[in-house]
Amino acid sequence: MAEFKFLQGNEACVEGAVAAGARFFAGYPITPSSEVAQAASVKLPPLGGYYIQMEDEIASMAAIIGASLSGLKSFTATSGPGFSLMQENLGMAIMGEVPCVIINVSRGGPSTGLATKQAQGDVMQSRWGTHGDHAMIVLTPSSVQECFDQTVRAFNLSEKYRCPVIVLTDKTIGHLRERIEVRGPEEIEVIDRKKPDCAPSQYKSCAPDDDGVAPLPSYGDRHLLRINSSMHGEEGFLNDSPANATALVRRLWDKIEKNVSYIGKIEGYRLEGAETVIIAFGIAARAARRAVTLARAGGIRVGLVKLLTLWPFPYAQIREALDPNCRSLLVAELNMGQLVLEVERLFKDKKILRVNKWSGEDILPGEIMAALKEAGC
Amino acid sequence: MVKAKISEIVILGERCKECAICLEFCPRQVLAANDDNKPVVKNIENCSGCRLCEYRCPDLAITVKRKEEATHG
Amino acid sequence: MGLTYRDYLREELFPQMWCAGCSHGISLTAVARAMAALKLDPAETVVVTGIGCWGKADDYFKTHSFHGTHGRALSFATGIKVANPRLKVLVLMGDGDGVTIGGNHFIHTARRNIDVTAVITNNFNYGMTGGQYSSSSPEGTISTTSLYGTAEPGFDICELARAAGATYVARTTPYHVTQMDKLLAEAIQHKGFSVVEIISSCPTFFARYNYKVTAVEMMRLFKERAVDRERYDALTAAEKAGCFLTGRLHREEKEDFHTKYARLQQQAKARAEREVV
Ligand code: SF4
Ligand code: SF4
Ligand code: SF4
Repeated sequence: MAEFKFLQGNEACVEGAVAAGARFFAGYPITPSSEVAQAASVKLPPLGGYYIQMEDEIASMAAIIGASLSGLKSFTATSGPGFSLMQENLGMAIMGEVPCVIINVSRGGPSTGLATKQAQGDVMQSRWGTHGDHAMIVLTPSSVQECFDQTVRAFNLSEKYRCPVIVLTDKTIGHLRERIEVRGPEEIEVIDRKKPDCAPSQYKSCAPDDDGVAPLPSYGDRHLLRINSSMHGEEGFLNDSPANATALVRRLWDKIEKNVSYIGKIEGYRLEGAETVIIAFGIAARAARRAVTLARAGGIRVGLVKLLTLWPFPYAQIREALDPNCRSLLVAELNMGQLVLEVERLFKDKKILRVNKWSGEDILPGEIMAALKEAGC
Repeated sequence: MVKAKISEIVILGERCKECAICLEFCPRQVLAANDDNKPVVKNIENCSGCRLCEYRCPDLAITVKRKEEATHG
Repeated sequence: MGLTYRDYLREELFPQMWCAGCSHGISLTAVARAMAALKLDPAETVVVTGIGCWGKADDYFKTHSFHGTHGRALSFATGIKVANPRLKVLVLMGDGDGVTIGGNHFIHTARRNIDVTAVITNNFNYGMTGGQYSSSSPEGTISTTSLYGTAEPGFDICELARAAGATYVARTTPYHVTQMDKLLAEAIQHKGFSVVEIISSCPTFFARYNYKVTAVEMMRLFKERAVDRERYDALTAAEKAGCFLTGRLHREEKEDFHTKYARLQQQAKARAEREVV
């Protein structure tokens, strides 16, 4: 049953996780994500779930992988240096095809950087932080309601594609309090991993169906599950042949990159006739939305594309949403310019403008307005 | 001493890596090396069926079968 | 008819991948014999490994398996076991994996008394990467990264386990296969975090660099130097220095993590219900 609650973004992520069926959280406290751990430690045990505080973020990531394979939907939360420590086993979850969700409440870096201040500096770390070729799903909420909705969606995508999914929020969204609608499991779409329907002796842990995803039993089921962080064949046993490596890395890539039309999600605002379109996500998208309202009131033809999916980059959706009159794109982000690199790469036909800030403060609508004016919009 | 009537020893030469552990530590010197440094059964009548050679072989190259058994166990 | 130890192994893969005379093969079949002795259901058993020569062991078992990143095996195992306490979870690690890169996870798994069994083959060096010293290499160890000897002492893995809270601790060698089988079975049956350290031989590196001996001679050293508690206590300090203790070194009955956590869940549930009312 839906309930209205006045929650923090961090708390809303936990509400979303629980509604999606999560019953296991392992983590290590770190500002500004600690409220996710705190809420999980309160919510999960009465539901028969588990909160376990590990010795570090490496172990936290490992524990949620293990628990997911034993059949519990699992998640963790972290920030900054903690997210860096998770990269090792994020790769494990990709290679082993383990559904799990990581809430990354980003903060200023590098290193311990600005522990209590704002940043969106993990655009690239969330995409390319772990080594090797891989695809990654990263969802970006820009409100407390979206913290709930996007966490639900993160679990669904991770179960559907047997992969880790990152919910990338930030210090401001994480600590923001707003009134939201908390929906129960019966009111939301909940996707569960596909289980094998063949005889146990026929089952191969890594043999994909037509959708590129192999069914996933749990440890303890009659279908023997073999998970392997090293290059492996369809049965999960070590196989480092060139042909196998080529095929496996390709499949892990394709099962996500070929489904951008389903995974990718954007939201347009005032795009009709917009000559300049702002591209932003998270908290920056809220400042951008205000800037668009102000600019439109002043007769400037500006619109906004808010990214709900950051990676895989929803290029086709954005392209389609743009008005034929759109000549320039303005990327507003709380870093020195990370998302803009992808936009520049893909929109060579547009003039690209930037608003960047890495001081630990949020971008203000006025700063975006100023940039629009300076560019002659 | 009970004369061992119990055992049959099956050695799979293709699995053997010639480490000599089985030869060296058989309490009854039942095994000997052939020209390829792989074990062969020299005097089965001394064998007590203790299976130490089987259990110490890193490569499952030795199976000690007790006569009354169809398989090892 | 029950399963024999070979039924737990993918025998078609033998000879296995390890060097001639490497004791890992002996430890591998001993683990399978413990499984058979306890009649473990392969579908309720998970073999968890990390990285290193011994970390390849999972490929040989016909059970559920998890082969993961270096040093993290116990953390994966913690998640696996906590989420499904019915499972028997066997964590196979070397000295590098288990107590060097994984040292932090090792002590915390022991502290929590998670009901899994760690089988640590300690060959005093990193075999897979070419014979470098590890945190269990004794001071003065010659290795490919310490040709002048090491300037740091090695961990006593069993002491470490016990101090950190492991509730079952044992040590054995591949020479003592009968003892190994028995201790492994005991450890797997034990409720709580159990550790079996297998003093192992790496004939290719540690044995060659430090003793200039073969696999057979390493086995002889194990035979001569491994002593049980009773004999050990009777030795002089000088004699002790040349020996190491084997057998079951520690066992205590203590509630494991899951037993305590299940109680906590009940209390949390009762409190949540009260608060709703
Ligand atoms: S079973 Fe025992 S006695 Fe017989 S050959 Fe093997 S080790 Fe020797
Ligand atoms: S122990 Fe096994 S591998 Fe070694 S020599 Fe004997 S049969 Fe061959
Ligand atoms: S390098 Fe050493 S530990 Fe590794 S397989 Fe060879 S002998 Fe065994």
